[in-house]
Amino acid sequence: MDNGLIKFLKKIEPSKDKKMLHTLFDGFFTFAFTPNETTKNGVHLRDGMDLKRTMIHVVIALQLCYLFGTYNIGHQHFYALGEFTGLFDGFHLKLTHGLVKMLPIFVVANVVGLAIEFFYAAKKGHPIEEGYIVTGALIPLIMPPDLPLWILAMSIVFAVILGKEAFGGTGMNIWNIALLARVFVFFAYPTTISGDDVWISGIAKEGITYSTEYTMVHGWLDNLFSSFGWSVFGEGGVVIDGFSGATPLSLAVSGGWEAVTSQFTVSQMWWGLIPGSIGETCKPFIIFGALFLIITGIASWRVMLSMAIGCAVTGMLLNGWGATEYMDIPWYYHFYMGSFLFAMAFMATDPVTAASTNTGKWIYGFMAGMVGLIIRVINPAYPEGWMLAILFMNTLAPTIDFYVLDANMKRRARRAQVAA
Amino acid sequence: MKNGISRLSTISGLMIFSSVVYGQGAENASSFYTNLLIGTLGFVVIAVLLQLTDNLLLIEAKKTGADKTGRNFSIFPTIGEIFKKRLPARLAGEQVVRLDKGHDILVEGESVETIDSKVKANTFAVQPPNYNGIKPIPKLVVQVGDSVKAGDELFYDKQNPDLKFVAPVSGEVIALNRKEKRAIKEVVILADKKQEFRTLPSIDLEESSREDLMAFMMEYGAFGMIRQRPYNVVVDHTVIPSNIFISTFDSAPLAPNLNFVIKGKEAAFAQGLKVLSKLTSGQVHLGLDGKSENSPSPAFVEAEGVEKTYFYGAHPAGNVGIQIHHTAPINANDTVWTLDVQAVATIGSMVADSKFDASRLVAIGGAVDNPTYANTYIGANIGELLKDNVSIEKPRYISGDVLSGEQKQTEEFLNIFDDQISVVKEGDYYEMFGWLLPLSPRPSISNTFPNFLFRDHKFEVDTNTHGENRAFVVTGQYEKVLPMDIYPQHLLKSILVNDYERMEGLGLLEVVEEDLALCEFVCTSKQPIQKILREGLNTLREQ
Repeated sequence: MDNGLIKFLKKIEPSKDKKMLHTLFDGFFTFAFTPNETTKNGVHLRDGMDLKRTMIHVVIALQLCYLFGTYNIGHQHFYALGEFTGLFDGFHLKLTHGLVKMLPIFVVANVVGLAIEFFYAAKKGHPIEEGYIVTGALIPLIMPPDLPLWILAMSIVFAVILGKEAFGGTGMNIWNIALLARVFVFFAYPTTISGDDVWISGIAKEGITYSTEYTMVHGWLDNLFSSFGWSVFGEGGVVIDGFSGATPLSLAVSGGWEAVTSQFTVSQMWWGLIPGSIGETCKPFIIFGALFLIITGIASWRVMLSMAIGCAVTGMLLNGWGATEYMDIPWYYHFYMGSFLFAMAFMATDPVTAASTNTGKWIYGFMAGMVGLIIRVINPAYPEGWMLAILFMNTLAPTIDFYVLDANMKRRARRAQVAA
Repeated sequence: MKNGISRLSTISGLMIFSSVVYGQGAENASSFYTNLLIGTLGFVVIAVLLQLTDNLLLIEAKKTGADKTGRNFSIFPTIGEIFKKRLPARLAGEQVVRLDKGHDILVEGESVETIDSKVKANTFAVQPPNYNGIKPIPKLVVQVGDSVKAGDELFYDKQNPDLKFVAPVSGEVIALNRKEKRAIKEVVILADKKQEFRTLPSIDLEESSREDLMAFMMEYGAFGMIRQRPYNVVVDHTVIPSNIFISTFDSAPLAPNLNFVIKGKEAAFAQGLKVLSKLTSGQVHLGLDGKSENSPSPAFVEAEGVEKTYFYGAHPAGNVGIQIHHTAPINANDTVWTLDVQAVATIGSMVADSKFDASRLVAIGGAVDNPTYANTYIGANIGELLKDNVSIEKPRYISGDVLSGEQKQTEEFLNIFDDQISVVKEGDYYEMFGWLLPLSPRPSISNTFPNFLFRDHKFEVDTNTHGENRAFVVTGQYEKVLPMDIYPQHLLKSILVNDYERMEGLGLLEVVEEDLALCEFVCTSKQPIQKILREGLNTLREQ
């Protein structure tokens, strides 16, 4: 069966002169079939691992975050309304509301990014490289659920063209592409990604009152649900008194740990039933993904471990200093709030932008953990530090590697001197 | 300090213990301080005792010189000693280098340790392209139709006329095959049924000087079997090598068992070592297998006048380049020689028996019907050795191992430095979603395959690349399989950008293709690492 199919596909393969078509065909063909290339001289056997397989395993590691993130969009929405406050109450409403928000973000992120990728691959005449598989899976998880899609598209255009293609494509970029997209939104459209009003979807603020915002799709879903006799979105409820939409981090800025715990319990933060970027909230699932990456050997455990150590040590130092209420938050609670674990597991470990030597990875991770927590706690302008810390360390990574390699060269030179 | 962790945990364990002692009496205030004092005192006494014993042991080890072996003489064990596999008992007291990195690729079709007398080759060839660093068109001294004896001169390099390359067998020169630009590819000899040897002048090993010995070896072809590092080139006879290295085990997939290969040649091997030790200003180093259950052949274990080091680890532990790195690394301006055990035996018999005995045991393995050993000579014809032994549809014949060997056709010949033929299936098939859901087992170091559950599984391999060539993306994968203090990826990048200073600084001179072959195998981006490395070595050599 395979042979007939391959013969047919080879027959319809566009000629190489039609660059665009050929690249597109090649992209889909090599996705469906591992090509029949054989080794030349050099090694005659090759490891079964290739870049596609590497990348897809990161995407697999993200799946639980996707599931939970989607559901949590709906859950947070209804929690703010004071309806269906139990986790599994109104399951279908929460899930569909999450999907209504999530699917467009996912589709836009991938269509825009892959289109650029295909275009540049065709232009340069090389096969489509797999880097965007992971980027396209990461970007939706680090955005707020209500982000306007055009801003999302703009950010991806910026990140992929200026952050990657300008440097020569997959494997050549200096900064993490997903974080570049986020940083673009963060600085160009700050009101869509910071403050207290953006983390809960489907709720608009007019003056000081909140009201629900439902789309046409919600109406269609309501028709469907009512035909089953299930509960419906309806006109939307009234936002409960005292609702602020604040994340634990913004609470911590204003009132330290006391303010955080007045809104959220520790177990809520641990299980991720808090507002935040879509995929960052649920700690057990992120840890599961991180362990998956470590066990399969896809991501560097050195970066993850050293980043956690860096964050913990800095947290302890800040505890010791204790000049503000924020600094007094016990260091271990910093792992519960915000997106530390997500950044550690999926952002800092990007092999292209992290330090490339093993010693360098320890330094890189440790400093990322340190810088990130300093930004989080000490700089009131930025509620969260990991995005900036990792981008900053991406910039420094080649320098770290340079000194590690330099030490290696010096070691060799010294050895020669001793021998002489 | 290697044993820092166990030292720290012992001390902190003591501290906790002593705090428990005073904690037990802390109920009333008067005895609190008493117990605190007792606890602290107990802690101090035990800690001092431990530290004292430790230091005494270390001093004793230093006095006897035993600490030079690199073993841990402290009473605090290193992490390795607690968690790692114990070394075999036979290695007690020996100089052992433990290599944690590396990977053994288990391939189906390992040669059975018998010599199949039916496997015979009739044509042999000496191939100038096997020798790195000579001109592509050497000066031939024979013509087609000449008959030669084993050990007769065939050609020499025009840059270096003193170094002669000789015939491995006696017979008739039947062809001079050329490549593009008239470069000579192979000098083919049809072997006589009964081998005749050129009688070499006898040479007294005790009496003769290094110069005499060198002249003898150059004239009668011994340097056709020795390679010089850095660069893995033909020996420059004007430079005295600072060391000579011989690996007595081959850890590559399907490699011949050298303990079996050396059987019957022990005396010649010992003689060869004697010759070599007169040629270097330093030592002859023997790398021995520390990993296998059984002790290596007595020819290696009991070799005299050489420096023996055991290597415990997976492939590439048997590569002489790795062994050099851990015994006497090559520094700038250093020159060392390397050769394999059968070449040592040939050199030995040149002196002991006055004949050039180029006989070789060759392992035939992989996808053949009958994986075995064949008794033949250097440069045997591949098709003849594999006659009636290959029945798979699309075979690939490799002179050497599957990681760094050369692809050959049946009418071609084994390379001079190779003592194995590997046969593998060609892998020119498409695989539906092969990258995501591979259907057949394949060797890999990645844990995304369930290979780690079946550690002893022998793979039926093929030559499919399992993916396309990409830019360097994944980091740290090469370091996992290269037991050297070298950063392969950065070394390769420095070659790609032609940065001579960094190439040399990052250790290009210490490696040759076979040492990085495993890196090329594991490369996620399917980069041609050995090719890049050879280009780097060539450009640096021209500098």
